Amino acid sequence: MTGAARTRTGTGTGTGTAVRTTAGRVLRQVLLAVGLPAVVVAVWWVLSAGSTSYFNPPLSVIVGTFGDTWFSTPFDQSRFVQDVVPSVLRLLAGYAVALVVGVVLGVAIGSSRAFRAYAEPVLEFFRAIPPPVLVPILMLFLGIGTSMKIVVIATGCLWPILLNTVEGVRGLDPVLRDTARAYRLGRVATVRHLMLRGASPQIVTGARQALSIGIILMVISEMFAAKDGLGFSIVQFQRSFAIPEMWSGVILLGVVGVLLSLAFRAVTDAALGWYLGYRQSQHGGV
Amino acid sequence: MSSTTSPASTAAGPSGGARLVVRNLRKVYTGRGEPVEAIADLTFEIRPGELVCVVGPSGAGKTTLLRCVAGLMPATSGELVLGGSAITGPPQGMAVVLQEYGRSLFPWLTVAENVELPLKEKGVGKARRAELVGETLAAVGLGDVTGSYPWQLSGGMQQRVAIARAAAYEPQVLLMDEPFAAVDAQTRFELEDLVRTLWKRLGITVVFVTHDIDEAIYLGERVLVLSARPTVVLEDVVVGLGAERDQLETRGHAEFARLRTHVYELVQQAKAGVRSLADAHLTHPGAAT
Repeated sequence: MTGAARTRTGTGTGTGTAVRTTAGRVLRQVLLAVGLPAVVVAVWWVLSAGSTSYFNPPLSVIVGTFGDTWFSTPFDQSRFVQDVVPSVLRLLAGYAVALVVGVVLGVAIGSSRAFRAYAEPVLEFFRAIPPPVLVPILMLFLGIGTSMKIVVIATGCLWPILLNTVEGVRGLDPVLRDTARAYRLGRVATVRHLMLRGASPQIVTGARQALSIGIILMVISEMFAAKDGLGFSIVQFQRSFAIPEMWSGVILLGVVGVLLSLAFRAVTDAALGWYLGYRQSQHGGV
Repeated sequence: MSSTTSPASTAAGPSGGARLVVRNLRKVYTGRGEPVEAIADLTFEIRPGELVCVVGPSGAGKTTLLRCVAGLMPATSGELVLGGSAITGPPQGMAVVLQEYGRSLFPWLTVAENVELPLKEKGVGKARRAELVGETLAAVGLGDVTGSYPWQLSGGMQQRVAIARAAAYEPQVLLMDEPFAAVDAQTRFELEDLVRTLWKRLGITVVFVTHDIDEAIYLGERVLVLSARPTVVLEDVVVGLGAERDQLETRGHAEFARLRTHVYELVQQAKAGVRSLADAHLTHPGAAT
């Protein structure tokens, strides 16, 4: 379903003969990225074309309602501004909280053996609790407002970030640690130049897992009780039997997910440039 | 046969050397299982600006000694004094070059940034940092790869970066733990000469741990031969090869050959468990003392 977003980027750019191989490679990559989503969309389109089922309308109908449903005029009154933007902002807020808390705690736990032995059983316990079950509980304490949703998202996103950060810091090369100590790197510099950078591949792995968990929790937190949001809208459409609109909401959710993961990749690729080269040099690889 | 012309005593380096005193150093590893006595009783002194090599059979506690001196590991008992103050943690004015060059450089920093980071922490100003980084990298022949990452370089080049980092730090004492054990023979010769050159220019105290007897004699003003574990000093061999060393000439010298035979025999005796010079059976004439 996320395919709808990808098809936009479908054309390769024509370039001069000198860079034909590069252009060819780019074209191949674009085709690889877009190929499967295009097939999925096409199959869905064809199979649903003559559908008379009330719950499974033709994809053409769904796409037709998409613009009116989310981008109605005036724009600032549209569902996009009223529902999608608040949802995404809550997601980003919860995610940011999880990122900061996870990395700070992770560095502290990862760098101290004593702290680790002390904290790990508790962490394992909390990690085992599925975050959605916290929603009814948190509603009792925090109500059904924004703060509850942010806390739900943050608690869900926290674990992969925290546990991966702990692993990353624990797995730092002892020779590198000794080097940092011998050159008398201060506490701040050690955290910044040694621990955060050294653990960054694992932190990014955790953050990537956390992003998909965050999107799920963003929707779930709005399904119980809410007055706006993307998840809230989808549930509302479903309850009022606005089926094509409901489907368009699901597609939009997929698009939001794809865009967030593209943004995530752009940010982390820049931060992890060294790691890709380092890995290749270690394995003498491709 | 004492070295009458110690170049360090005349070379006025920018940082100068510090005296290193090791007195009755003992190190016992306690952990799970039986405690292991790595170093029994080590006593020696290294004068400011001296280049001393430490050799011994493998497992002789060479690395343990170096880690204690570096302040990376507490001694069980005994005294470690650098430049008048006791070593309790990594001391000021100390730089290290470790054997695992590939793992002692920060892979996420460029060559220049790797050299610069300790200087930043030391509080060296920005302009001076740039100067030191440029100078030292040029001095080790890496002036053209300052923007590369360490893992883009060969092993020998990586070790040069580690040496440049140590030199730029302007230490009073430089500790080197088998720094050339993992580089090829030709590169090793070049790096040995590089160490001699830097040592002369900076006038610093250098402790060079190696398992290579030729290397120890070629580089050192003195060679400390250690016994097997638990470690004591078997002999403190003075190397009278003069201030100027040359890979071909020095190694072809009769004195070099004599010292080499002598140290080799000592190490063999040490391997056999000999723990004092009086017990050593040397078939060749010993070093004149």
